[in-house]
Amino acid sequence: MKVKGDISDLKKTTPAEYAIRFLFGGLVAVTAGLIAHRYGPQVGGLFLAFPAIFPASATLIDKHERKKEEDGGCDGAGNGARAAGADAVGAAIGSIGLVGFAIVVMITANRFPILECLSLAFAVWAVVSGFVWCLRQKL
Amino acid sequence: VEYIIRFVIGGVVVSLFAVCGDIVKPKSFAGLFSAAPSVALATLAITASRRGMGYVSAEGGSMIIGAIAMFVYCLVTASLLMRYRANPLLTTGAGIAIWLLIVFGIYTAAEKALIV
Repeated sequence: MKVKGDISDLKKTTPAEYAIRFLFGGLVAVTAGLIAHRYGPQVGGLFLAFPAIFPASATLIDKHERKKEEDGGCDGAGNGARAAGADAVGAAIGSIGLVGFAIVVMITANRFPILECLSLAFAVWAVVSGFVWCLRQKL
Repeated sequence: VEYIIRFVIGGVVVSLFAVCGDIVKPKSFAGLFSAAPSVALATLAITASRRGMGYVSAEGGSMIIGAIAMFVYCLVTASLLMRYRANPLLTTGAGIAIWLLIVFGIYTAAEKALIV
């Protein structure tokens, strides 16, 4: 399956939905910091992989799919759940990359400046996630 | 002030990855961005400047547990959504309990084994 990009899809998301994502992201970042401050970096670090935006994204996908189906005169409930499920499969693959990201941060943080450490870790996330996704397409 | 900066940067980075997910197709590829290291990228640079790189390394170590829990969480929700067409909000929301259970289960076991 070919990967495609379409900027016009951004119009489907309302300003309120963008605001909810911003709010969730900000709240999780603050909460992770507060937990680390109170209980130490070992507990705080757990929340760096909290599924912050996933419930909001899945709900939005379901809503958009339902609307698309209903506009075509069908009941879109099943397709909405299926599309959200496909997104969850992708997120599971991204989580494998996230393990790679965390390992690189743990190993390189004491050796490199933060910018290089995070750039390397992000590159590992992108490569691992992309590779596993391609592999799954071929199987 | 640190927490205001965390809130703004966290919101911006998470939103940017969400926008990436909106733009790309197919859905399974877009889903990769739901598990992007958005919160980590948003907060670790601030953490490094305030508390040092040893603190960042320790957070990275326990983030591995969070990421493993995220993997299981996504597989369970994907299965429920695709097989049973379950309600996405309920499934993904209630699934967070699974994430918490796995995270603290592994963390407690690792702590006992003196890994963390």
